[in-house]
Amino acid sequence: MNQPIVHMEGVSKNYGAMHALTDVNLSVFPGEVTCVLGDNGAGKSTLIKIMSGLHRHDAGTMKVNGSEVHFTSPRDSLNAGIATVYQDLAVVDLMEVWRNFFLGSELRKSLPILRPLDVDAMRKITDEQLRKFGIELPNVNRKVGTLSGGQRQCVAIARAIYFGAKVLILDEPTAALGVKQSSVVLKYVDMAREAGVGVVFITHNPQHAYLIGDHFIVLKLGRMQLDARRSAITMETLISEMAGGAELAELGRELRHGRNS
Amino acid sequence: MSTGNTSSEYTSMTNRFMRILGRPEFSAIAAALVIYIFFWSVAPSFRSLAAVGTVLYQAASVGLMAVSVSLLMIGGEFDLSAGVAVISSSVVASIVATELNAPLWLSLIVALLASLGLGFWNGWLVTRTGIPSFLITLSSLFMLFGMNLGVTRLVTNSVATPKVDQIAGYGILQKFFSGTWEVSSEAGAARFNIIILWWFVFVIIATYVLLRTRIGNWIFACGGNVNSARAVGVPVKKMKIGLFMFVGFSSWFYAMHQLASFNTIQAGTGYGAEFYYIIAAVVGGCSLTGGFGSAAGSAIGAMIYGMTMQGIVYAGWDQNWFRFFLGSMLLLAVLLTMNVKRLSAARSI
Repeated sequence: MNQPIVHMEGVSKNYGAMHALTDVNLSVFPGEVTCVLGDNGAGKSTLIKIMSGLHRHDAGTMKVNGSEVHFTSPRDSLNAGIATVYQDLAVVDLMEVWRNFFLGSELRKSLPILRPLDVDAMRKITDEQLRKFGIELPNVNRKVGTLSGGQRQCVAIARAIYFGAKVLILDEPTAALGVKQSSVVLKYVDMAREAGVGVVFITHNPQHAYLIGDHFIVLKLGRMQLDARRSAITMETLISEMAGGAELAELGRELRHGRNS
Repeated sequence: MSTGNTSSEYTSMTNRFMRILGRPEFSAIAAALVIYIFFWSVAPSFRSLAAVGTVLYQAASVGLMAVSVSLLMIGGEFDLSAGVAVISSSVVASIVATELNAPLWLSLIVALLASLGLGFWNGWLVTRTGIPSFLITLSSLFMLFGMNLGVTRLVTNSVATPKVDQIAGYGILQKFFSGTWEVSSEAGAARFNIIILWWFVFVIIATYVLLRTRIGNWIFACGGNVNSARAVGVPVKKMKIGLFMFVGFSSWFYAMHQLASFNTIQAGTGYGAEFYYIIAAVVGGCSLTGGFGSAAGSAIGAMIYGMTMQGIVYAGWDQNWFRFFLGSMLLLAVLLTMNVKRLSAARSI
């Protein structure tokens, strides 16, 4: 197997006395989707924040392309080719699609005064890139707010890939979406994988994860509860690991009992 | 439900129509036309060329500052101290020129630095503390208001700033900031002040910067979604401080116009002018919550201000109705902007 782009070993993070992450191992390979599952408070967001440079890990090592890194800002992470698409703060609703696509990395003409934006080029590239993802907009001058939730996620994903992301971290991209919208996003995740990007897919939905994932990690209270490749597990195992199978079975008995009495 | 490509159901016709309706200035232009036609029909003297000069001058007196105030609002902040800041700048310039006997050009530079410094102070405090700009600039408003009067009285023993017309170079100052030119035609003669021209220059440059430069993109992003902006590497703090400093620059520019026009300034004035700037920006389509608006819109807002103010005079009505009218325009504009914003960013599904 080829070399992982990001390789984390024994990574831990404490917030004061709280152990947010303990001894987590994670490898992101190009052209693979690694799903990180877990309930609220399982440590998913802490893991993202370490990878995207918002927090530093207290113990363990994180390597990018084989060399150890300590990110101090989101910029460091971006420069290392790791792009994070957050669920809510991916795009500016009141701005046009092309302005969003190039926000922070605008193309400019080389005129000496004020360096005007190269609007035509940006519109053209935005349109091309979105078409690659199967999003056809009548024009890219529409405000992002007029797009559907799935399309907005995709604008953010397409943007990250266009600007050279080698690793794409998706934070609950399907959490706020309906069934149809979710399937649209999952298709784009697949396209990103086809393009050779290493995807980290954070979710608490085992069905969505199993549809797309090559590799699964289940976190519980900051520890790894499961670390398996797709060939090694079934959807049922994943659902039961994720939901805490034993506890649910117990709850089911209690509820049924309560109704009968 | 819309998925990847069903959005083509959007025909280009409705799309274009929605885009025009969704422009921030749209409703302001419509309102300005109605007001123009209204005063044209009720007040005969409103039709003269002289009236055009006067209305434009009134509009410029609010519009020049409204440009920077609207940019600041698009960037998600606002500045209540903008009105008295104008007076502060002229107080600084006139006192440095007369009491310290500095040459006029040096006094102008000192005043400019003071105005930029005030903008920096406001912006730095807002970005550093995270306290809403309403409170930070409200405190600046009162500190400046007190300082304007306090310093002027301390230095001159009166509430008016010392006269500057005897200082070498005053003629040039007058020509540059407040020169006038006469225009005459069959419709009569009129006098136009150069501040009108400067106002247009401000509007054109600001519009260009907003729509065609990276800075403009970042201003919209800061006001539209500050977290997204930060996530893609927009230097949000620098942008906001810069916007406050642009308000500072504008207040210096307008202060120099006042000094050039009136020679001496009443130190206790300026209070309340900030509301006219904000009203012009909002009537022109700026959203109070940021991320939406235009510099050209603020100019339309200022035109509505100028036309109504002078229109009421020409029609011979009680001046007090002007404020009532302006207040109702503001309410209307806020309600409309709310809908326009919804139109321009509504989901297509």
